[in-house]
Amino acid sequence: MTRGRFQTRYLLYIPMVLAALFYLLPLYIMLVTGFKSFSEVSLATMWELPSGLYLDNFIEAFRALAPYLANSVRMVVPAAIISSIIGSINGYALAKWKFPGADIIFPAMLFGMFIPYQSILIPLVEFMKDINIFGVSLYGTVPGLIVTHVIYGIPFTTLTFRNYYATIPRELLEAGRMDGANIFGIYRSIILPISIPAFVVVLIWQFTSAWNDFLFAVVLTNPQAWPVTVALNNMAGSQIIAWNVQMAGSFLAALPTLLVYIFLGNYFLRGLMAGALKG
Amino acid sequence: MKKLLTLISLVLILSIVLSGCVSQASPTPAPQEPGGAVTETAEPGGQGRQQVEVFSWWTGGGEAAGLEAMIKVFQAEYPDIEFINAAVAGGAGTNARAVLATRLQANDPPDSWQGHAGQELIGTYVAANQLEPLNFLYEEEGWLEVMPETLIPLISQDGNIYSVPVNIHRANVVWYNPAILEENGITMPTTLEDWFASMEDLKNAGVETPLAMGEQWTAMHLMETILLASMGEANYSGLWTGEFDWASPEVTTALEHFATALSYTNSDATSLTWQDAAQLVVNGDAAYNVMGDWAEGYFRELDKTPNVDYGWAPVPGSDGVFQFLSDSFVLPVGAPNRDGAIAWLKIAGSQAGQDAFNPVKGSIPARNDADRSLYGEYLLSAMDDWASDIVAGSLTHGVVANDSWKTEIDTALGLFLQSRDVAAFQSALVAACASSGPCQ
Amino acid sequence: MRVNREKVISFLLVLPSIAAVGIFIYAFILWSVRVSLSQWKGLLPDYTFVGLANYIGLFNDPRFQIDIRNQAIFTVLFMIGCLIVGLALAILLDQNLKGESFFRSVYLFPMAISYIVTGVVWRWLMNPAQGSRLSGLNLLFDQMGLDFLVNRWHTTPYWGIAFIALPAVWQMSGYIMALYLSGLRSIPQELREAARVDGANEIQIYRHIILPMISPVTLSAIIILGHISLKVFDLILAVAGKQLQLDVPAIYMWQTTFDGYFFGRGAAIGILLLISVAVLVIPYLRWNLKTEESL
Repeated sequence: MTRGRFQTRYLLYIPMVLAALFYLLPLYIMLVTGFKSFSEVSLATMWELPSGLYLDNFIEAFRALAPYLANSVRMVVPAAIISSIIGSINGYALAKWKFPGADIIFPAMLFGMFIPYQSILIPLVEFMKDINIFGVSLYGTVPGLIVTHVIYGIPFTTLTFRNYYATIPRELLEAGRMDGANIFGIYRSIILPISIPAFVVVLIWQFTSAWNDFLFAVVLTNPQAWPVTVALNNMAGSQIIAWNVQMAGSFLAALPTLLVYIFLGNYFLRGLMAGALKG
Repeated sequence: MKKLLTLISLVLILSIVLSGCVSQASPTPAPQEPGGAVTETAEPGGQGRQQVEVFSWWTGGGEAAGLEAMIKVFQAEYPDIEFINAAVAGGAGTNARAVLATRLQANDPPDSWQGHAGQELIGTYVAANQLEPLNFLYEEEGWLEVMPETLIPLISQDGNIYSVPVNIHRANVVWYNPAILEENGITMPTTLEDWFASMEDLKNAGVETPLAMGEQWTAMHLMETILLASMGEANYSGLWTGEFDWASPEVTTALEHFATALSYTNSDATSLTWQDAAQLVVNGDAAYNVMGDWAEGYFRELDKTPNVDYGWAPVPGSDGVFQFLSDSFVLPVGAPNRDGAIAWLKIAGSQAGQDAFNPVKGSIPARNDADRSLYGEYLLSAMDDWASDIVAGSLTHGVVANDSWKTEIDTALGLFLQSRDVAAFQSALVAACASSGPCQ
Repeated sequence: MRVNREKVISFLLVLPSIAAVGIFIYAFILWSVRVSLSQWKGLLPDYTFVGLANYIGLFNDPRFQIDIRNQAIFTVLFMIGCLIVGLALAILLDQNLKGESFFRSVYLFPMAISYIVTGVVWRWLMNPAQGSRLSGLNLLFDQMGLDFLVNRWHTTPYWGIAFIALPAVWQMSGYIMALYLSGLRSIPQELREAARVDGANEIQIYRHIILPMISPVTLSAIIILGHISLKVFDLILAVAGKQLQLDVPAIYMWQTTFDGYFFGRGAAIGILLLISVAVLVIPYLRWNLKTEESL
């Protein structure tokens, strides 16, 4: 019987490999084009491997994108961390310390996740122009973009943590209470240590969505503060587009989030399986 | 989980270190090959050095290079003013316009921006009282003597001139493949009927695509040239001033000509950029392509030889009319650095500035005193035509219609491309003129 | 009294978020509603009240009708595609084959990349040229002998929008797979063992036990996919630019607002999008809260 099962199970690899090929296809095109010299790039030859590993494209793309990659990092890391912390606190309060109206506030907050962002660009820009935090203008700068992503991340992060904390049994908190801890104490000693899976899910998601954002980035920043998405878009320009450099640049722009998913992807899944994104 | 925490802290530390390193080193100006948008950042702690922030969507290729060349002239003339190139690419300018619109709403205009001379600027920004008239500058610099008379009314309203045109492009040009025409015994036709007949012949001879076309806006471009060719300059221009009725039979005929032209285009048009479509001609995959003369710059970049790999002619029926568009710069009301902006405008309108910009960009100067030795074969012929032809304005490129009107026409066009219903198209155009144009 | 004090603290903890959401979301939505009821056209704000004129105009607008049709086609195909592919992959991965984590990463990583990056690649892949100018997937099909698969992709009249679902499914199905996998993995082994002992084969186990148990995941997935599909915008512009046949409400909103300066109409489209999402989401939220209370 083992022999029969052995063969059938191996058959399952076929669809899995085919699926993997499908998912890797665009990456293949991107990399293959990124390594070609300019004369090799054309629609007719798009599938063909490059004649050699033409690293110049990546070097040129990196030189063009480096300051903007740095902007992206400076923007995304604080945004992801801060919005995760806020989400955790909100989730904790709304799940375990329900004040009157908490069950209305929560869906009301959640609803914010669904608005089409194009429709609020104008009031957003006007608002950002009028606000200064500690003398730092919010408009046109990286801090402004951080604040924007934190605020628009609140619905999602709150949702995730609230659902996650909702599955924590009351008894656990009662035990903490009996030990004399207050609302903060319970958070620090009981809730926080077991929040890691949820934090992972939220951090990864926020990192990705802030990194890949174009809309807010393009209307809210000045050239010095452009994240890499805007800079990459500008690289294309018009007339003759140097696709090899453009693809190399695209790959570089995608690399950080790619790495996050490759290395932390398993933690992401574990976080999901620990109930971080149930329903 | 400890490993995870270590990883996270490592990433955090790394990013802080990275950003710290990078923000201390001054960001290197990006390389100036196609693809680099030069950004000179203000030096920290500068002594309130004068600046000028100029906004455009010229981020790549010939346009960016042309802008660079003009910036060099500017820096030579005004070394104390720092030039900030705030270009935003994408969406054929929609991204830049979105950013511009949000900034204008928030009362934070750049010092100047690039726009198409004509109703695109006037119908939008002047109507919202956001532009300063530039008559004083024209008088100071003597531009009225060197810019064509027919141009000035098209960039003015009520006697006020609102922009400084840097270049002139021609829209009603057909690019053709000389070899294909010769093989099929065709000389470049001069009337629409002959042109369509030649396309029929080419099709029967096995040429897959007699007329190459690209995505929707190139269809609008094709349409405007055929409107002009079919109706003649007087009626065409009348459409945009409200003097000629969109419901008239001449328009019907013109739209039918347009439908005929469409029937000879490639089926994958919507997936092609204008460059892809133009390239079909030089590659021998198509016989004709109607596109503005920036295509010429593109052909030269592809190392093609004029009159060997490609030929050009006015769109049949429009010989003697120069359907133009012009990139220009404006002076916003409330520009933060008004003097810097005016300095920029002076260069934009100067002979040195225009002769630096145009040969690289592939267009002809708006001024008529260019240094002819700097320009190639096609551009010289364009300069001669500009000086002698009647001037009409382009629709697609913002001369004759304001943005709202053009957007409505664009929607009507999109529907027409699907339905090919001329009558419905015409009534949609009539409605568009009434809703956003001068018609009643 | 301690309890009350802590409820106050709890409220205060959430208060900054409430304020932020109040301004950045609700105040802005209200502004948008106001604009949608106005005749604002052009760069000068004009809040003159015109009632539902913009909305009525949209329902009679042939372009908007095409938008709705395209949106419907896209949404259905996108959702079905993601759900089926996601579930299939999750079931495959659930078999505990070797190399699972490698495959998981491969299926998940498209989520990491934005359409600014992949849009062009998909445009190349879905190149519709035929005959001598074959390229992209068409070329691949042709060379592999699969000629019958060569087609016009997104330039196909009427149904072109269906092909746009392909890159969308490519990007999001990994996430749906992750949701399903976590759902599958949370089903206790004992249940499966018990069923096997009773003589059920794998397929029956899936049909009668496992799939019903993960239906909550399907529900969440539908909500998430639904709202993403209503906002789809970057993808279409990156692959095909502005073409009427591939127009969807989000693109119409963008174009009419920033190309045509029809702020009133643009805001109306935005509010309609919001209402569509609300129709999808609010019942779900209420169901969610109710099931929690009954727990």
